[in-house]
Amino acid sequence: MSSHSPAVPKRLFAATLLSLAVSAPAMAQEDPIKVGILHSLSGTMAISESTLKDTMLMLIEQQNAQGGLLGRELEPVVVDPASDWPLFAEKARQLLAQDEVDVIFGNWTSVSRKSVLPVVEELDGLLFYPVQYEGEESSENVFYTGAAPNQQAVPAVDYLMNEVGVERWVLAGTDYVYPRTTNKILEAYLKDHGVADDDIMVNYTPFGHSDWQNIVSDIADFGSQGKKTAVVSTINGDANVPFYRELGNQGIDAADIPVVAFSVGEQELSGIDTAPLVGHLAAWNYFMSVDTDTNYDFIDSWIDYTGDEMAVTNDPMEAHYIGFNMWAEAVRKAGTAEVDAVKDAIIGVSVPNLTGGYATMMPNHHITKPVLIGEIQDNGQFSIVWETPSTVAGDAWSDYLPGSRDLISDWRAPMRCGNYNVVEGRCGGGADAEVASVE
Amino acid sequence: MLASRSWLSRPLRERSTQIFLGVLLAALAVFTLLNLIVPAGHPLHVSTYTVTLLGKYLSFALLAVALDLVWGYLGILSLGHGAFFALGGYAMGMYLMRQIGDRGVYGDPVLPDFMVFLDWDSLPWYWHGFDMAWFALLMVLLAPGLLALVFGFLAFRSRVTGVYLSIITQALTFALMLAFFRNEMGFGGNNGLTDFKELLGYDLRSDATRLGLFLASGLALALGYVLCRAIVASKLGRVSMACRDAEARTRFLGYRVERVQLFVFVVSAMLAGVAGALYVPQVGIINPGEFSPIFSIEVVLWVALGGRGTLYGAVIGALVVNYAKTVFTGVMPEAWLFALGGLFVVVTVLLPKGVAGLLASLRRRRDDDASETPAQGASS
Amino acid sequence: MRTIRSLVQGLLCLIVVSLAAPAALAAPDDDGRALLEALDTDSYAAKGEAVTAIADSGHPQSRVWLEALLDGKLQRQEDGGRFVVVLANRGRHWPVRDALTDEDLGEMSRRDLDRIGINNALRGQLQNTLALLDLRAPAVSARREAARDLLGEVSPSMVEPLNGLVENEADDEVRRLLTQAIAIQRLERGDLEAVEALSGSLNTSVRSALSAAARSDDAALAEAATDALAGIEQKQKLNDGIQTLYFGLSLGSVLVLAAIGLAITFGVMGVINMAHGELIMLGAYTTWGMQQLLPGQPGLALLLSIPAGFLVAALAGIVIERSVIQFLKGRPLETLLATFGVSLILQQLVRTLISPLNRTVVSPEWMSGSLMINEGLSLTLNRLLVLGFALLVFAGLMLVMRRTRLGLEVRAVTQNRAMARSMGIRATRVDILTFALGSGVAGLAGVALSQLTNVGPNLGQNYIIDSFMVVVFGGVGNLWGTLVAGLSLGVINQVLEPWAGAVLAKILVLVFIILFIQKRPRGLFPQKGRAAEG
Repeated sequence: MSSHSPAVPKRLFAATLLSLAVSAPAMAQEDPIKVGILHSLSGTMAISESTLKDTMLMLIEQQNAQGGLLGRELEPVVVDPASDWPLFAEKARQLLAQDEVDVIFGNWTSVSRKSVLPVVEELDGLLFYPVQYEGEESSENVFYTGAAPNQQAVPAVDYLMNEVGVERWVLAGTDYVYPRTTNKILEAYLKDHGVADDDIMVNYTPFGHSDWQNIVSDIADFGSQGKKTAVVSTINGDANVPFYRELGNQGIDAADIPVVAFSVGEQELSGIDTAPLVGHLAAWNYFMSVDTDTNYDFIDSWIDYTGDEMAVTNDPMEAHYIGFNMWAEAVRKAGTAEVDAVKDAIIGVSVPNLTGGYATMMPNHHITKPVLIGEIQDNGQFSIVWETPSTVAGDAWSDYLPGSRDLISDWRAPMRCGNYNVVEGRCGGGADAEVASVE
Repeated sequence: MLASRSWLSRPLRERSTQIFLGVLLAALAVFTLLNLIVPAGHPLHVSTYTVTLLGKYLSFALLAVALDLVWGYLGILSLGHGAFFALGGYAMGMYLMRQIGDRGVYGDPVLPDFMVFLDWDSLPWYWHGFDMAWFALLMVLLAPGLLALVFGFLAFRSRVTGVYLSIITQALTFALMLAFFRNEMGFGGNNGLTDFKELLGYDLRSDATRLGLFLASGLALALGYVLCRAIVASKLGRVSMACRDAEARTRFLGYRVERVQLFVFVVSAMLAGVAGALYVPQVGIINPGEFSPIFSIEVVLWVALGGRGTLYGAVIGALVVNYAKTVFTGVMPEAWLFALGGLFVVVTVLLPKGVAGLLASLRRRRDDDASETPAQGASS
Repeated sequence: MRTIRSLVQGLLCLIVVSLAAPAALAAPDDDGRALLEALDTDSYAAKGEAVTAIADSGHPQSRVWLEALLDGKLQRQEDGGRFVVVLANRGRHWPVRDALTDEDLGEMSRRDLDRIGINNALRGQLQNTLALLDLRAPAVSARREAARDLLGEVSPSMVEPLNGLVENEADDEVRRLLTQAIAIQRLERGDLEAVEALSGSLNTSVRSALSAAARSDDAALAEAATDALAGIEQKQKLNDGIQTLYFGLSLGSVLVLAAIGLAITFGVMGVINMAHGELIMLGAYTTWGMQQLLPGQPGLALLLSIPAGFLVAALAGIVIERSVIQFLKGRPLETLLATFGVSLILQQLVRTLISPLNRTVVSPEWMSGSLMINEGLSLTLNRLLVLGFALLVFAGLMLVMRRTRLGLEVRAVTQNRAMARSMGIRATRVDILTFALGSGVAGLAGVALSQLTNVGPNLGQNYIIDSFMVVVFGGVGNLWGTLVAGLSLGVINQVLEPWAGAVLAKILVLVFIILFIQKRPRGLFPQKGRAAEG
């Protein structure tokens, strides 16, 4: 061991603690616009989120190659919240309070968003959330570029009911809030359309569930009652591989019992042997197989960026593409990257999506999206079998849940309310809170 | 014998405790002053962000002290202390949820938001009472305390020891994690409890409340430290160390080993609960992730890295590892696991007694103390 | 109806033609082009008719087209160009052949090609078409497969040609299946006699048809169907019991495989190896790597992965032992700390060097599907093989520990290190080999798990906790304990799951472990003697 003076470690310790405090605000001559990227690069969610970080870096690089925004360069600030939900809040606080970023693109899963939400609201940041989610939320500081249930789940069920003639439904999901809420909405929706209680089977499994033998055999039983049966799957990420494998091995193929998934995209399929999955379905707002030039250009630049000829693109990547372009457009429109100005400017902004149309930011901070249904191919891609005739605007509050039927969200002046109750004619909770406590 | 005042105040006469308290209280004062008096923008200013972060570290440090009490002085390696921490956190979280009142997004005066949209029509029985601060604070102590009491009673009575005990504490926290993930349980499932507004009437978003929570965490750590020192220095502490070093022999000497174990285990669980209760309002969320076995293992790592069997070592370990995690995840997001993993390997191989052991040996060198230190009890 | 009849007729022609060798046509093939043009439409109904037309046409390439269509590989150059059959469709540039002339066209960009899409209904039609073709295949297995596929899929117009096929069929099984397939169709039309032909069959299509009949308005039919169903349910109960047991043993075998390596490193050596899960992960990644090295031969690659996975993980184990664990002799708790660090490093290493994303590991043909015991009971092949593999690994390990010099030395060193050394055993060498053995077995577990679950950086994390539970539940230091513990925990879990749900079942198993340890504080098979103290 070294013969340093004994005070050294203590001093070192004190110094490191102090260095925390010194938030070096190294001001450049022409400040860059800082873009925070809050995606897990380690832990369980790294599988999904790490490509979104790369997508953002690519978009920022492209923007800088075109001269940045307002003549200022964009500077990405990457942190790793490590799939640890409290760490998401801490990192969001770091991005906003210490790095002073102008906007954050990030998060995946409801709990990470819920964890970050109070921080973003408190420190008045901007967050673009790129993944499909359960709805039932509208924040002044958050923009939801992924699908709300009415932009994914409900149209998918419509398709199965009307085009495939499904009469019996298995709603299988991982036990967390997105599947719970989605299934609740779907149950209400199915019952509205005359499906009996007996014809709906609901099943929840824990995260990362790997032993599907019993459940798949139950599904097979449920499907052997002489009515066309389908599985609506909100099974999360990792649990899907063993689930599909078990389906294949127990001899259930898409012609018998199709599975429509809301969380299985090209990226998830790139880790699965897709041969037994052919014909199973997924509902998204974008597929890599979309046949448009903007999409091919996007794919080309993604492959060039990653240097991987086999790299795939997916729906949340498109959501970031749209979100980033909307934000950039709003910054141009407002003439500043200042949060409040951008927040107002972005409503109504339209940018091209990758499916050949336009996405518009609605006053409820959700965007318009087309809904596509695809069948899995043996090359890990989807063949699009159905799509909505026009884009669908996202609903923050579902029409099928009793608690939120009467709520609307509109962040334009003068309403500026995320949960306005049209029956009672008042803005509830959240935004109103400060006013209420002053009174 | 426990009731006498001298029992609790004895540690205050120890030099090591005086130094520890001195450093801790001075640090609290310095950071408070730097936050309040030095204007923002000045290089010496401590931002509220930093204060909150430090508050979180301090609550982790208290958890580490609680674990070190059972591991370092009783010889029980608990791989489930996160469970007690999380239970304390949930008790606090439930209080904070009830404080939201009708300010939730659905405006329901009683039910938390997650219950409204999952169609609960009334509050489950175990949520009653949590609108009162005193009840919630009581539960912060009682919930982990009772669990530790029942679990410890069963385990110590059956003389489950060593790795078997460690693994069933792990099974305990794993089972609780799965249970709390279940939305039917009424604890918000994976999303946990979040969107807190105020604590005891103070707005959780205000800088003053954050500073207050930081100070509260610091004081709780100081008190917890003194309490643990007091236990360790008492006769009961000596018996517990005897259990650690030779359980069978202590039993044959006529001591009721399981009672000592149970007492220390329950105290430790309650301290962990307090740590959890202080942690939750500062990070703004409690979810079943805190029950995960990996988190509990991490706590063990803090203690081991700081130096097992020295309470101040546990504090140092918790602060160092968590500070390293904060810095590394920001500075080297793609490679921080290499750094953290490497830290664990290097410290274990090179510093068998942790940072505290290093400090002690440095002090010995300075004091030029020729006498060999007595060998630590051969324990495993 | 008419379309289906013509479909069948077309098929018959098709069969005749496809027997003749399909030669590339020299003359411009306008008829063929017209057939394909009809497929290039947005309406699936129109596509269905076009498929029928192709089947009717007897065009020499028609079977190629139908198969390519089924695979999504029948495509067209943009703006009404030629029709092509894509040979491989990964990446951006695909090798293609001309659909009409079968001429090799080299590679084309995916940008320039439009796929002729199908949906599930059309896929069903195509599969039936091809199944009918297969019924005439020379191989019995292909005919059986095709006949099984037809259960519940027979349409009225197919009955007549099928009846003809039944008469000419040599194989009893195919005949029985076809008769059943026809009976299902008759039942659907309300034929009471069909019930008798179907009663006793456990096939799901049969049960499905009978359930539908049981709800029919015809009281006599409904009653007969209900009775038949009751008989089937009776038989099915036994099957369900066997199935649950199988599910349990299968889950148990996974637990045993994951834990058995730990039973050596932890149970025998006393190293609390938190990196055990990552060693399993290395085995799984070896399988993936092997499949990358031998593209197109997943089976061979999997077999080669067994020794390779063992070696890779064993080497990693030796590195870990030499670089970290040897410095921690007699400090078992600190091995937990250091190996946890190692596990973080290994995870991140895989993320950095390979990818944070999951990797595809293909199942070879002989591991997909299931082994049919009777019509209501099939055992999934991959799990059956994993179960067998687990038992084999266990037996091999027992052999090594009981019958080899290494095993003898390992036991000697664990029981009394000082004594063993004084007897001339090189304890350090034994340590290295023991740790390598345990790690290598973890690698074998990884090879097997790659056939059941995700291959990604988090693979190990999912098994480490369970592995420790199994080893401790079985009794540290006892390999038999690990085997019994793993299998019984698996069975308990699967028996509980149907009525408690997956999550509750797992919680109950954990509570059971906690309570069991109160009763037997040293696991199922406690170690006896002085070694047990401490």
